[in-house]
Amino acid sequence: MRYAAKIAIRHLMSTPGQTALLMLGVALGVSVFIFMSALIGGLATLLTQRTVGSIAHITIEMAPRDPAQLVRGDDVQLVVQKDLSRREQITVWEPAARLSEAAPGVTAVSPQIRGSAFVQRGQAIAPVGVIGVQPDKLSAIANIGGTVVAGSSALMPDGVLIGQTLADDLGLRVGQIIRVRSDRGRERSFRIGGIFALGIASADRQALYMSFNAARALFDLPNGISRIEVKVAPAGAAPGIADDLARATGLKVTPWTKDNAQLFEALDAQGRTGTIIKVFALITIVIGIASAMLLSIMRRRSEIGIMRAMGASRTLVLGIFVLEGTLIGTLGAVAGALLAWLSLLPFPPVDAVKGGGLPIDRAQGDFLLAIVLTTFAAALASILSARRATRIDPVEAIGQ
Amino acid sequence: MSEEEPLVRVRGLTKIFGEGDAAATVLRGIDLDLARGELSALLGPSGSGKSTLLTILGTLLRPSGGTHHMLEQDLIAARDAERTRFRSTHIGFVFQFHHLLPDLTAVENVMMPAAAAAGRETRAMRSRAAELLDAMGLSDRREYRPAALSGGQRQRVAVARALMNEPQLVLADEPTGNLDRQSADQVITLIEEINRTTGTCFLISTHDEHIAAHCRRRIDLSDGNLVTPSA
Repeated sequence: MRYAAKIAIRHLMSTPGQTALLMLGVALGVSVFIFMSALIGGLATLLTQRTVGSIAHITIEMAPRDPAQLVRGDDVQLVVQKDLSRREQITVWEPAARLSEAAPGVTAVSPQIRGSAFVQRGQAIAPVGVIGVQPDKLSAIANIGGTVVAGSSALMPDGVLIGQTLADDLGLRVGQIIRVRSDRGRERSFRIGGIFALGIASADRQALYMSFNAARALFDLPNGISRIEVKVAPAGAAPGIADDLARATGLKVTPWTKDNAQLFEALDAQGRTGTIIKVFALITIVIGIASAMLLSIMRRRSEIGIMRAMGASRTLVLGIFVLEGTLIGTLGAVAGALLAWLSLLPFPPVDAVKGGGLPIDRAQGDFLLAIVLTTFAAALASILSARRATRIDPVEAIGQ
Repeated sequence: MSEEEPLVRVRGLTKIFGEGDAAATVLRGIDLDLARGELSALLGPSGSGKSTLLTILGTLLRPSGGTHHMLEQDLIAARDAERTRFRSTHIGFVFQFHHLLPDLTAVENVMMPAAAAAGRETRAMRSRAAELLDAMGLSDRREYRPAALSGGQRQRVAVARALMNEPQLVLADEPTGNLDRQSADQVITLIEEINRTTGTCFLISTHDEHIAAHCRRRIDLSDGNLVTPSA
């Protein structure tokens, strides 16, 4: 094979212009492959971040119970009416939380007490959704701490955090006292510790965060909790992890994709589109290398003939042209990867993309995959072409 | 191998190209022996079958009929891969056009038959190739590529290449047909000297009587038939 490599390299070096053009063609194909990978990946990341970045990827709740049947006949059915005043709760929640934390792919777990309430400040009243969280997990699901525009993100026992829209609607400021009346009829005063602007209208208008213990008292839940919210990475893995958690806990586990199926399908379709574009880029490379190798074989027909006449085996001839094509593919792929890396440098990270900017994620550029796939594709294209070289009749090729 | 056994023996060798109405018979039952150390000229007009006979003797082409033995090996029964190995080991070629590989230097071209068989170049191969080029009077042209050599020099490199694997038989198809008289004389004189010193058997196809006069045996071919007795 060393001799085949030597001859292959000599062939490539004998026509440097043609070799450079071929490698440039491969490099352009590879850079398109990488650019599309980085763009499609970045776009998916951006859409996911913007859409599901501030919501729970998995929600764990108590499974709804069917009402008890007292009588069941052909014409009549008597059941106990569901007690609407009774709040659904997970009473033994710590094991489920620990299982969730230990599950692969889970990045954050937040047990929560949720309920409806009214906020009153003077004559102004507004409905809110109360979210009671463990103070150290305030930002586990939505980045509340990072979006505080006034006050502090520290959740004090008598403090609450509210959204900016709610604060504007009621004319509230940090440090002021508000009354909160829960749907259980309990009422308590709280001090506004901070105001956040998450950028999600519903949260900024209606969410009110308070400490776990304060929420317990407000909603009459001395032991249980309303739900456990979970974040996973990547977000697309949520359905699988949700299935595992449902089996492990026996609770009702809902992944974000169930309520956002259209978005999930759109991301999936986008991913498939990217794959198709990449496959076509690879096909173009294969066709380019195969046709170039065929031309090279036709041009070197008499040389192949003379080598065969001098005792060169078909394997050696095959090796020469396979190595020639594979070298073009590999060197072109490396050059293309370098070209793509340089061309992606000016783009900011996905997190910093402003309106109109391309969401490019260099980490999803599939550089190594592009090089490996192109090398294999080049080798395949060369084998297909080089088989023709092995069939050349020395007598005809020499033209004696 | 017995003393009397020739290096090459063909009997009833025929070659027909094409089929049916388009069939063309080029060789019509050739009986020929070539002994070790022979220097023979194969003469005949264009189309008489000289090149076809050489390519069959060189295992580049299979005959349509007859037998072909060399070193007592039945080369018609041999498979393609065996014929390739046999050719690489025992037969050398010199063509009318030098057919040197343009991307290799003179010394690399000479090494090519050995390197192609072994799959790599070795110092011993390079050393032998250099010796052969020295013998051809090309010691100062070893690292030149074919494009930088004259026609005569290229053909001498081609002769050296044919001798690289120390073959018992060298088949030369119009080796001087593309050279001027002076270069042609240089090449045939070299062949005579190699034949005398190494005992390599040469069969030289030519229609040049001057070249044929350098050979000790003359084999005439006409319309696919031998005119001269085979031995």
